[in-house]
Amino acid sequence: MTDNIAFYRKRKAAEKRFHLYGKIAMGLALFILVFILGNLAGQGVPGFFQTHIKIPITFDTKKFNLQPDQSPVDAPTSSFQSIAQSSLKAAYPNVVERNDQKRLIALISANNGNTVKATLSADPSLLGKTTDIWLLAASNSDLYFKGKISKETPEADRALSDQQLKWLDDLKEKGAVKTAFNTNLFTHGDSRTPENAGFLGAIIGSLLTMIVCLSIVFPIGVATAVYLEEFARKKPGKFSWIDLIEVNINNLAAVPSIVFGLLGLAVYINVFGLPRSAPLVGGMTLAMMILPVIIITTRVSIAAIPPAIRDAARGLGASPVQVVWHHVLPLAMPGIMTGTILGVARALGETAPLIMIGMVAFVADIPTSFTDSATVMPVQVYLWASSPEAGFAEITAAGILILLVILLALNALAIFLRKHFEVRW
Amino acid sequence: MNANKITAHAVKVFYGSKQALFDVDLDIPANSVTALIGPSGCGKSTFLRCINRMNDTIEGARVMGDILVDGKNINSPQQDVVQLRSWIGMVFQKPNPFPKSIYDNVAYGPKIHGMVSSKSEMDALVESSLKKAGLFEEVKDRLLEPGTSLSGGQQQRLCIARTIAVNPEIILMDEPCSALDPIATARIEELINDLKDNFTIVIVTHSMQQAARVSQKTSFFHMGKVIESGDTKQIFTAPKHQQTQDYITGRYG
Repeated sequence: MTDNIAFYRKRKAAEKRFHLYGKIAMGLALFILVFILGNLAGQGVPGFFQTHIKIPITFDTKKFNLQPDQSPVDAPTSSFQSIAQSSLKAAYPNVVERNDQKRLIALISANNGNTVKATLSADPSLLGKTTDIWLLAASNSDLYFKGKISKETPEADRALSDQQLKWLDDLKEKGAVKTAFNTNLFTHGDSRTPENAGFLGAIIGSLLTMIVCLSIVFPIGVATAVYLEEFARKKPGKFSWIDLIEVNINNLAAVPSIVFGLLGLAVYINVFGLPRSAPLVGGMTLAMMILPVIIITTRVSIAAIPPAIRDAARGLGASPVQVVWHHVLPLAMPGIMTGTILGVARALGETAPLIMIGMVAFVADIPTSFTDSATVMPVQVYLWASSPEAGFAEITAAGILILLVILLALNALAIFLRKHFEVRW
Repeated sequence: MNANKITAHAVKVFYGSKQALFDVDLDIPANSVTALIGPSGCGKSTFLRCINRMNDTIEGARVMGDILVDGKNINSPQQDVVQLRSWIGMVFQKPNPFPKSIYDNVAYGPKIHGMVSSKSEMDALVESSLKKAGLFEEVKDRLLEPGTSLSGGQQQRLCIARTIAVNPEIILMDEPCSALDPIATARIEELINDLKDNFTIVIVTHSMQQAARVSQKTSFFHMGKVIESGDTKQIFTAPKHQQTQDYITGRYG
């Protein structure tokens, strides 16, 4: 008996050790997750805020170069931008040297025309008068106020000169500097300047791409899975063409995504002549990529339906198609939807195949149709990450955060749907 | 004795290369209860599933021989299987209500066969089917609750009601009480006894007492063959074959 006690004690210790290993592994995974998210948030959250600089703007009638019958409100945006620049110069009258003036103007964004124009449109009586307007700061000024450009750095190594830093400090002292929410991020398409670049074009591009992708992949995937599970008859022990299809579907799920991009390029663009860079082609390419995922998850959820339900329906005289439509599909739907949403989430985060079909182009306009040039969220992140301007680093992280939030929301939706429509026996 | 409703002649069933039934000949009289007994794997369920061609759905299953229902061979290629199953209903071993309301469970069969044309007709049919299955009084206040929320015995009676609703002529029962407690079993047996006036019932059972209680005719299956068929009383009191004798006295099975 004493031997036995030692044996059981040993076994119990082994169990405890095993539990401990599991806890350590989970702790490590959690730590890595928190570290990544914390790092992203630390980098990305400042990207959601922008610096604005208050400047007294003089709506000087002479500056507009108008036709006699033209109202200043109809003047092009560029005229208002030059008004903003000359007003800034006027605020620092002792800056006379041309290069110094250039540096002064570089403190504000080159795309402030619309803001100035909107002020005048709202109150046309301002014409000829001077009023304070909050203008968007240039990316480098923004970085300075966020502490990303330091005075300690030697002048030659930083994007702003000592003189520019002095001007900015001066503005700050006068209370002419404020931080506001970065609305451009949600209202603009891509831009060459970080302070004007927005994520909306990519969000709409992703949305259009996913609409195409889903409307192709859902019917084809579900129909294939239903056929393979419910109608395809296999002879036990013999290799049939259905086995061949199954093997191929399972293999397709493991094909690197860039291969689908090559296929999309070769077939959709070169053979069919569809437009490149378009959400239509992007969606069709991603549909090929997630088709095996949808087929496999749908098959699993169909196979999980108890055979007794099919027997019951058949026993009552339901035809095979009625069995599928009345019983199999409704019962499998939570699983199918979960699989589809997870497939879409995968497609939403995919970059490689889209690069092959040209969705990596710089697109400043927000796409409005399935054949417009567009880009998608992860590709936009990739584009920003490879841009040289320091200001893009922040909005890259901000873009990743937006993408992550959307993916998290999709996963949460998948869980909700599964719980909500789950049938309890 | 009533005229024969079902006549099986030389029925053979193969599952792949394995033969499950060997030349089964069997007559089943109308408006009575016929019990199929025998040890596990003897082919009694396989034979039952031949009568409404449920074996069609099993991959690799082949059925040969003739099964005549009202003189019509149901194994002929002209026979529409879906239509066949509307007049030969089936109740399974484990209660298998659809995960829908009690009402929808009963209404499903009539709906797919287009048997009723209005909601009120359907209401009446659901009510009468549940009454015939002896379930109506217990569930009349909760017809819209899921069928799966009922107890095991109630679920099985719901499955019987669902089968009756299509108005079949024959009801096949595959060990309908094996998942139920003795009280629920007694209720089902009572029900079977009531139903035999209107339906021809074929029941597969493992319980010899049950066969003795509910059936008028009994067939003893062994190793895929019918060893002995006859009146239930005679089978249980004076079996002609040694194997039958051994089985009903509990020597094997």
